[in-house]
Amino acid sequence: MERVFSRPRTLLPVVTHYCPGCGHGIVHRLVAETIDELGIRENTIGVAPVGCAVFLYNYLDVDMYEAAHGRAPAIATGCKRVHPDRVVFTYQGDGDLAAIGTAETVHAATRGEKITTIFINNAIYGMTGGQMAPTTLVGQKTTTTLTGRHTELSGYPIRVCEMLATLNGPAYIARVAVSSPKYVIQAKRAIKKAFEMQMKGLGYSLVEVLSHCPTDWHMTPVDATKWVEENMMPYYPLGEFKTPEESA
Amino acid sequence: MTEKLFMAGNEAIAEAAIRAGCRYYFGYPITPQNEIPEYMARRLPEVSGVFLQAESEVASIYMVFGASGAGARVMTSSSSPGISLMQEGISYIAAGELPCVIVNMMRGGPGLGGIQPSQSDYFQATKGGGHGDYHLLVLAPSTVQEAVSLTMEAFDLADKYRNPVMILGDGFIGQMMEPAVFEKKSESNPPAKEWALTGAQGRKANLIRTLDLNPVKLEQHNRKLQRKFEEMIKNEVRVENYLTEDADIVIAAYGTVARIAKTAIQVLRNKGVKAGMVRPISLFPFPYKAFEEVTQHVGKILVVEMSLGQMLEDVKLGVCGKADIRFYGRVGGMVPTYEEIVTETEKFVKETN
Repeated sequence: MERVFSRPRTLLPVVTHYCPGCGHGIVHRLVAETIDELGIRENTIGVAPVGCAVFLYNYLDVDMYEAAHGRAPAIATGCKRVHPDRVVFTYQGDGDLAAIGTAETVHAATRGEKITTIFINNAIYGMTGGQMAPTTLVGQKTTTTLTGRHTELSGYPIRVCEMLATLNGPAYIARVAVSSPKYVIQAKRAIKKAFEMQMKGLGYSLVEVLSHCPTDWHMTPVDATKWVEENMMPYYPLGEFKTPEESA
Repeated sequence: MTEKLFMAGNEAIAEAAIRAGCRYYFGYPITPQNEIPEYMARRLPEVSGVFLQAESEVASIYMVFGASGAGARVMTSSSSPGISLMQEGISYIAAGELPCVIVNMMRGGPGLGGIQPSQSDYFQATKGGGHGDYHLLVLAPSTVQEAVSLTMEAFDLADKYRNPVMILGDGFIGQMMEPAVFEKKSESNPPAKEWALTGAQGRKANLIRTLDLNPVKLEQHNRKLQRKFEEMIKNEVRVENYLTEDADIVIAAYGTVARIAKTAIQVLRNKGVKAGMVRPISLFPFPYKAFEEVTQHVGKILVVEMSLGQMLEDVKLGVCGKADIRFYGRVGGMVPTYEEIVTETEKFVKETN
């Protein structure tokens, strides 16, 4: 009988530490499928963030660094400059990428560093228990915005893709979601494209994934996926913000 | 083949690094060490290396983390406020057992301080600096020649112990021009790094990590690091005893201050004061034993620093109450003159005889 679906070689056969209904597992699988399909498992070096995905190296069977909070793009830069022929990617959450690591992100992007970043935006700090993230929506309740995020106190959520798309260095910037099978298929396409851009040497590539955090959002997984579509997508529209044709 | 070149300390250190096999440099401009990145920007492309100016010292040190983890010989340099910014990354590099060389051309502090020479980062350099139980191997040159030799050696030591090595100089050493001989490097090929991240080709995936949520394992890791530091203490102490054999009084000084003290010692000896010097070259590991030994026939030790008494504490530990210790320090970019050292020494001798 023909096997039509199986675990990607790059995805290790282990139980993850993620909460039920978390988006990370889906995105890990998409990255693993991409690495398998491109045949680059033995040629890829990853950088894990600080945050829920810190144990990424327990799930993906590639060489990997565990970064300090926010510093993954700098580590990836050091690695890529030593191994320009390897595929180097970072996997970062919203606090890691858009708060403590904003400088490293923006400068890796503007240098056109030939690395790929998978950016998980779930509008909250997951690992530390649900505090406000730089991408927390206005009005969204977290453990540090008890009555909702107020702009007078905490300002506005950052749209990372739109910001980075103004730079010349990035080759590919896209925002996707994993809240339904349709979006998962689109997300896979974008992630693969991002890796391909790097392999073609075109520059920095980033895919922002709108993800869901049922635990810290205090919702069922089904309600959490609905919340992504009803609340996050209007503020964080999906799409490609930069492709090589538009690059300066 | 050896070669003699007339160079400023900063440029000499950069050239020495290249001759020791360093092909990657990441850094951020700060006075008084800008000649190092500028030299690297020119020289590294000539030897197929990479110079990259980072967006901050924070990014620089993590680029070093990345390049070292990828198996390369790599260096960064900065001066006091910039080195403070790097402390987070230095702690991670020590925890991850990654070899690299970090140059600190110290300037006056605290805060933004000044741009003139200082030695007030001694505590930061030798006692950890960042969070957690770790040490850097710290080497303090007092001439351009020594800066060259120690830099070349630093890369081998970093690889040997899989630990960051710091070259601790000051604005004076960095800016001063002197002739220096570049010995042909015999051992510039780093040992094979089977732990490095190169892509998991035909082997299990490698991992460079610093997190362990299991306290039993984290304690084991700390003890493993500690054993390395103990090995350094056993094997890597470097010290110069200068005219100590017949000395009645010994000056303790390192780096720039030590060369000024040498002039003071000549002046003192011409005046009939038998002065000598113990000059620590490795600040970690510190040459405690040299101080313990010198107290067998010397009862007075004058510690001179461009700080308000940092190495002083280590000298006290070495001397362990067996000699009188006095301290003379200048700070904020003020450099002690040999006359000041002569005066302080004479005062010490007179008041305690």
